[in-house]
Amino acid sequence: MSYDLIKSIVVLIALLVAFGVFGWRAYQSLWVNLRRGKPSPEAFGQWGERVKGVLTYVAAQGRLFRVLIPGTAHFFIFWGFLFLSLTILQAIAEGLFAFIDPHFKLPIVGELGPLALAQDFFALFVIIAVTYALYLRLVVNPERYKGSHKSQGVMVLAFIMTIMLTLLVFNGILINLGKDSIAAWRPISALFGLPFAGLDKGAQFVVGEIAYWLHLGVVLFFLTELPEGKHFHIVTSVPAVFLRDLDPPGRLPKAPEFDGKLGVSAINQFRWRQMLDFYTCTECGRCQDVCPAYASAQILSPKLLMMNLRENLTRRGAQPLIPDTISEQVLWSCTTCYACDQECPLFIQHIKPLVDMRRYLVSEGKMDAQLQEALAKLGRYGNSFGQSERNRAKWAATVQPKIKDARKEPVEYLWFVGDYASYSPSVVDLTRQTAQVFQRAGLDFGILYEGERNSGNDVRRVGEEGLFEVLVEKNIAAMSKANFKTIVTTDPHSYNTLKHEYPQMANGEWRMADSVLHYAELLDTLITSGKLKFSKKLNYTVTYHDPCYLGRYNGVYAAPRRVIEATGCKLVEMPRNGDRALCCGAGGGRIWMEEGTVKERPSEARIREAAALDGVSIFVAACPKDITMFRDAVKTTGSEARLVVKDLIELVSEAL
Amino acid sequence: MNPDIFVVVEHLRGQVSDLSYVMLAAARAAANATGGKVVAVLLGHDAEALARDLAADRVLYIEHAAFADFSSDAYQRTLENVIKEQSPRAVLFGDTTMGGDVAAWLSTHLNLPLVSACRTLRADAGALKFVSQICGGKMMAEGDLPGPTALVMMVPGGYKPDQGHAAQPPELVRGTAPALDDLRVTVKEYIEPAVGDVDVSKEQVLVAIGRGIQNQDNVELAEELAKALGGVVAGSRPVIDQGWLAPTRLVGKSGKAVKAKLYLALGISGAPEHTEAIGDSEMIVAINTDPAAPIFDLAKFGAQVDILDLMPVLAEKVQQAKGLA
Amino acid sequence: MNLIVPIKMVPDLVEELVIDASGAQLDPEALRLKLNELDEHAIEQAILLKEKGAGQVTIVAPDLPDIDDALFTAAAKGADRLIKLTGNWGNGVNNHALARVMANFIKTLRPELILTGVQAHNDLDGALGPQLAEHLGMAYVGYISGVTLANGHVRARKEFPGGLIAETQVQLPAVLGIQAAEKPPRYVPISKVRATIKTAQIETFPAAELETAGAPLVVRLFQPEAGARATMLEGDVDAVATRLVEIFKEHGVL
Repeated sequence: MSYDLIKSIVVLIALLVAFGVFGWRAYQSLWVNLRRGKPSPEAFGQWGERVKGVLTYVAAQGRLFRVLIPGTAHFFIFWGFLFLSLTILQAIAEGLFAFIDPHFKLPIVGELGPLALAQDFFALFVIIAVTYALYLRLVVNPERYKGSHKSQGVMVLAFIMTIMLTLLVFNGILINLGKDSIAAWRPISALFGLPFAGLDKGAQFVVGEIAYWLHLGVVLFFLTELPEGKHFHIVTSVPAVFLRDLDPPGRLPKAPEFDGKLGVSAINQFRWRQMLDFYTCTECGRCQDVCPAYASAQILSPKLLMMNLRENLTRRGAQPLIPDTISEQVLWSCTTCYACDQECPLFIQHIKPLVDMRRYLVSEGKMDAQLQEALAKLGRYGNSFGQSERNRAKWAATVQPKIKDARKEPVEYLWFVGDYASYSPSVVDLTRQTAQVFQRAGLDFGILYEGERNSGNDVRRVGEEGLFEVLVEKNIAAMSKANFKTIVTTDPHSYNTLKHEYPQMANGEWRMADSVLHYAELLDTLITSGKLKFSKKLNYTVTYHDPCYLGRYNGVYAAPRRVIEATGCKLVEMPRNGDRALCCGAGGGRIWMEEGTVKERPSEARIREAAALDGVSIFVAACPKDITMFRDAVKTTGSEARLVVKDLIELVSEAL
Repeated sequence: MNPDIFVVVEHLRGQVSDLSYVMLAAARAAANATGGKVVAVLLGHDAEALARDLAADRVLYIEHAAFADFSSDAYQRTLENVIKEQSPRAVLFGDTTMGGDVAAWLSTHLNLPLVSACRTLRADAGALKFVSQICGGKMMAEGDLPGPTALVMMVPGGYKPDQGHAAQPPELVRGTAPALDDLRVTVKEYIEPAVGDVDVSKEQVLVAIGRGIQNQDNVELAEELAKALGGVVAGSRPVIDQGWLAPTRLVGKSGKAVKAKLYLALGISGAPEHTEAIGDSEMIVAINTDPAAPIFDLAKFGAQVDILDLMPVLAEKVQQAKGLA
Repeated sequence: MNLIVPIKMVPDLVEELVIDASGAQLDPEALRLKLNELDEHAIEQAILLKEKGAGQVTIVAPDLPDIDDALFTAAAKGADRLIKLTGNWGNGVNNHALARVMANFIKTLRPELILTGVQAHNDLDGALGPQLAEHLGMAYVGYISGVTLANGHVRARKEFPGGLIAETQVQLPAVLGIQAAEKPPRYVPISKVRATIKTAQIETFPAAELETAGAPLVVRLFQPEAGARATMLEGDVDAVATRLVEIFKEHGVL
């Protein structure tokens, strides 16, 4: 038997084995496991948007550039992979049909000059990118890789490097042997062939064949290993981005009807689309880097959450989900700030599965005493302070003229005040200032007085879905009696749920409002339309903190900044601003829970970040919980002399 | 009609409770109005000596082995007879773990009216009036003491225990207990509180924390303040129930009574079950964000600031003051 | 075994307590009722015993405003039977009247162990438990913070001052006044309570005629004198702390 015949047979067998193993493993993970999951209607619809998404986020590698250099490296590895997949195809064909022609070339693909040039250069870029990646992984070893499978990562980089080098050597030797008709188009390959040019033809042939077998072997081995680890994302990334959840981030899906069990306590209770996420995680750790819970106590890492869920899924839930795969402590640490979901290049959703598991913990009463008490107070009094709902509007008693009761007379703007703005002694002054500013602007507004309850945003995110439903019902009942056009609120959490979740909960039967505004948006409009005029220019140098539920969740970044500039203040941005803003740590019900051991509170880290800005004397916030957290942090970091925390309304008030 | 006022003395392990002396003082006030005698009823086993400083005109001592421990059954059966025979104007019990087991049962059994949570008894135009405190100490209820025989459960605070101590031992009369075999309620063993920890009843400076401490982590702030002041941390019931402090630190009805030189009540509302145990302290300072908290009725000084903010600042200032001294 | 838990509603102290025009009662308009906190502990203790295999838990309550929520929550925690006694309750009656009515009904349930809160903050005529015990001819022990069932009797941990506990043997049938359940009352998710409202049944029975004799008549309700109140220190944390250090020095503690 000739060598070429053996080659063809071996390649055929290798192909069958490799594809067989790969196929079997992929089938088990994607088909068998995913089928155990619940339906995912959110993965479908809006096809145009989805195609656009694939182009922006996969083809153009959109979010990867948020971390610039590694992102660029990956861009080249990705595109290199696409381009060079044709060379792999060519290599397979060459081996498979070796018994016909030892230098079998695929039509077009195998003989196109410009394509060959592109492939040569991409191979070089990939080598450079992989070298950088190896340097990053082995030398720099950044924090975000902590917990990721290091040896797996290095091994795959080694595979890619080998594939590239063997390809170039193989091509180079072909050029040396004069067997390449388009050798002029492969300068890089020619370069790689040079070291072997001195050997005799026989030896070069052997080296070439070794390079070939090594190339094919590593490719096929890599293929079989693909479904076993983070590199499965090579297969799952396109469907993951294509089928991503297009619901607004601030809307959680409605919980299934109560059937005796609540939330997720076993892996097959997740939706299949969530399971696809678990397989898509590349362990890149970008989410971990921006997670405030990870920074403060290293208990929760969104990346490790995904990896653990994948582990459990692969083992078919052999271990109970909670507490063996994921501890209760991890689940309670999340502030739902959305930094992880925002950062993930493949749109993996970390918060939704976490809330699903929290729903289970709540149903079992597995929470700390402080949270239990807060929920009991919310359930009974509709606020987390445990104060009578009759006192909800006590803050308004001293406001003259008396604020309209929206339950009794029609108003243009319904001001949904919120818990902290109504009850917290350190915030009520700001609420009164807001009322005065609204009055100065001649706004026709009213409040619900005792009819208002906690909006429920964080109650839902803590996992008490039933209580959320009750609060929504009560608020909708109060609002449906009122007559108004627009809702305005000073609380971004309330803003988020009123805008995105209340219409969903009301089943679209009742048209709630024309729009829901955060007061920064309203102030912005009032200023630009001239209804609010400033009498002086404040010359403060300030910095602005983007609240999570206003910024990341709802994209409102510009309006508050315009308001600040309109007051005459000079705005200096913190390094982490806009959608990179660091959460204050109060969200997701964290403000109702025991703190536990902390290395550094996110609120304190944030204040230090602001204090490091030269000349900045005022830290501006636009959320009552932010005000509470940051004023505390100024005290605990001893920064009273350095920074003052002010609400946006205070600047506006002063400038009037 | 028997104008006498009876007091059921409470004692545990050889010690008469402070509340018993308070009740004797109250009984004296009532007896002065009715023109009757104060009779202390003492049920015990080899316990005559306990009668020696009771400020009563007469002590009715009933001896029985069953009285070595407190059994609701034994007390019910014995006192039932005493009251039926004597029909005094009033019988005072402690509103406590002992009196609570007995008084209400007797009220139903003997069809006699009962007033509980009573702080004071006073005379008003020949009639006896009671004042009780209810609703967590936020409400006082006053009325005529029903007759001809009324049962009264008393709480501390209306009288000083000193007023119930006698210089001379009172007259002792012996009574007989009914048959007390076949008791349905018997004490099998005692479980002592943890030893080796501090005894808050002997401490001079106490930093007491209540619900306002919010969670376990903040207890540390109180520890630091206590250390700076040279005292120890104590707590009210909610704090002990949550496990944030050892039961030995409980100050209150089910815990210890304290006589501190300085009692700093932080985030404590001042419910009677707690305040009844701190009244003997020289100076009480209360910090609570609720201006209507009943603790402010007992405290000499108060403030409405946040205790979580105050504790570290105060600890530092105390340390500074000590550093300079 | 039949575990019975009689419960009652008391004024919610979060709301302002307003004395009505007569000066001798709380204004019912301002009043809001909530489940007696120690009855919550009694319910929890009963459920804990049920979970150890003790038997059925029956909750018995007077038909007062907002009682349904307390009953359904108890059912969501695991109570088996919910019973409401209807009658002329007004906004609440004294414990003598309540005890008579409850005892009358409870004896039809063949009770073996009755757990109820050892007291309620609005008790003015003694607690409910001992009176129930007398009507039913049962033994009573109060201030209990631990219950263990044995054959024909219970071992109850009775609290004494100073943290001392007396492990007391009580013959069944008996009534225990609960001070604290062995574990803090559990949390029930609202979804479960709402689902329970759909599935659980509250049985109603007419209460016997109310006889209120035995309790004192209140002639006057008043708030504690403001005269003896503390001298309030003004200012922020810093000012208060400074003043306190001075006070401590003057008092001889520093």
